Amino acid sequence: MTDRVDFDDSDDVVAVPLRHPGRWIAAVAILLVLAALIHSLWTNTNIIHSSITEFLFDPRIIKGVGLTIFITVVSMVIATILAIVLAVMRMSANPVLRAVSFGYIWFFRGTPLLVQIVFWGYLGLLYSQIAAGIPFTSIQFFAIDTNTLIPALVGGVIALSLNEAAYAAEIVRAGLLSIDHGQREAAYSLGMGPGYTLRRIVLPQAMKVIIPPMGNETISMLKNTSLLAVVAVAELYTAATQISAQNLRQVELLIVASAWYLFMTTVLSIPQYYLERRFGRGTARELPLTPFQQLKAAIARGRGRSNSRREVAQLQKGSLS
Amino acid sequence: MTQPSQNMVEARSVRKWFGSNEVLKSISLEVPRGQVLCLLGPSGSGKSTFLRCINHLETIDGGRISVDGELIGYTQRGDKLHEMKPKEIARQRRGIGMVFQRFNLFPHLTALDNIVEAPQGVSGVPKAQARERAVALLERVGLADRVDAYPAQLSGGQQQRVAIARALAMEPKLMLFDEPTSALDPELVGDVLDVMRDLAASGMTMIVVTHEIGFSREVADRMVFMDGGVVVESGKPADVLDNPQHERTQLFLESVL
Repeated sequence: MTDRVDFDDSDDVVAVPLRHPGRWIAAVAILLVLAALIHSLWTNTNIIHSSITEFLFDPRIIKGVGLTIFITVVSMVIATILAIVLAVMRMSANPVLRAVSFGYIWFFRGTPLLVQIVFWGYLGLLYSQIAAGIPFTSIQFFAIDTNTLIPALVGGVIALSLNEAAYAAEIVRAGLLSIDHGQREAAYSLGMGPGYTLRRIVLPQAMKVIIPPMGNETISMLKNTSLLAVVAVAELYTAATQISAQNLRQVELLIVASAWYLFMTTVLSIPQYYLERRFGRGTARELPLTPFQQLKAAIARGRGRSNSRREVAQLQKGSLS
Repeated sequence: MTQPSQNMVEARSVRKWFGSNEVLKSISLEVPRGQVLCLLGPSGSGKSTFLRCINHLETIDGGRISVDGELIGYTQRGDKLHEMKPKEIARQRRGIGMVFQRFNLFPHLTALDNIVEAPQGVSGVPKAQARERAVALLERVGLADRVDAYPAQLSGGQQQRVAIARALAMEPKLMLFDEPTSALDPELVGDVLDVMRDLAASGMTMIVVTHEIGFSREVADRMVFMDGGVVVESGKPADVLDNPQHERTQLFLESVL
């Protein structure tokens, strides 16, 4: 014998939500631990908090932030282009191209990034001049002193790009492999050539698989720029350590640098979200909501106090048109 | 040798191996211009493979295939065959439309953009003209209202009709259909077959691999029954279907009818 609730055919489901006491206990416990940690840092007399605010917007720090962003963006762009070339080589029918791509990835993933950065910094010791000419002959078009052609900043960007390309190549290859072979066949049957098919049909679809791990790589790159401190490029970490070398407030300046790295990481995740949305077109029946639309939907739901999906559906319809 | 023949497709002694497995054992057949050929046979009989050889999605190991008097995938100079460049193969494929069992629409493009991509991108048709033609083609397959829909928003039958429109946008002289209705829910098959029926009536040369016996009886000018990589029987649909000469054909027809 069951009780029956009277209902109208047009009614939404309005049910009392299931309670989860375990979740509340876990949340309170974790918040307590976090509060204790923050409190101990805040009240630590070995940290001079005023110097954090003092140096947070120091011109040298701001310059370092700018250089860090510049190195990250330039290196990622070079690395991505190189990665696509390497991935296509790796999947080519030409065994020499395949082997070269494999060897490149093997070498640059297999040696430490720090070593690669120092190597490019010391390139002048290996080749004092860089010249363009015809190999294996004495014909030479021009020759430049290595340290003039490749200052520390350029060497650093080269090191970061070449290293990143090896990792990104595997990400791009995974993306290309994820596309069903039927897509290529359909493109070929319409008279598209292999290059056109890659550019217009396969890569745009592969982007959906490529972007999330590339977002990861971009954030790694942002933090790896700090390794350029070893070749004295004045990026954020170098700037912070140069200041603390003078005033001996190492921890405070590391906190300043970390705050900036955290801020930049946060800012970098925003374009990733919109890129994913852009390349996700057509795969879902409805586009995911932007954070702003999610907020609107949450407010609407909070007001209505119902479990109805109607508002969400309406917003999604709006975002499609 | 190259004088225009009245046959759109000529296949002579076509052989194809997958590893040590011979999937096509000397297939010879012709399709005259404007006619519809239906290929019937159990799965694994080689009919899809043969279809894919016609537009060089599969390379053949023996024999010759020519479409509209032109050898597919190779050029003959003297008594030697030379492999074609990808660019020339692409040019040949532009004249041959293909419709796949699994539609293979480009999921990142709308219905309209799926159709426009190849004419605009590889044939150099101006954008406005390509779009106008695409809209007309969508109208022709009964999807004028789904111009801006993505493939994931369309039913299987609608996707397949977009795929047919996409192939027609290249103005092919020959259309290949590889089990176009096998992946569809039964109630969606009819719309796709209607489109194909209209196409046949308009004089398009077609080769259709299908299990739709009723459709092939009505539309096909000739029917070929394949099994184990050989042509077992061919002739007018009524003859093959109602009066099969070979035991294998009889067994197959009993199991599908």
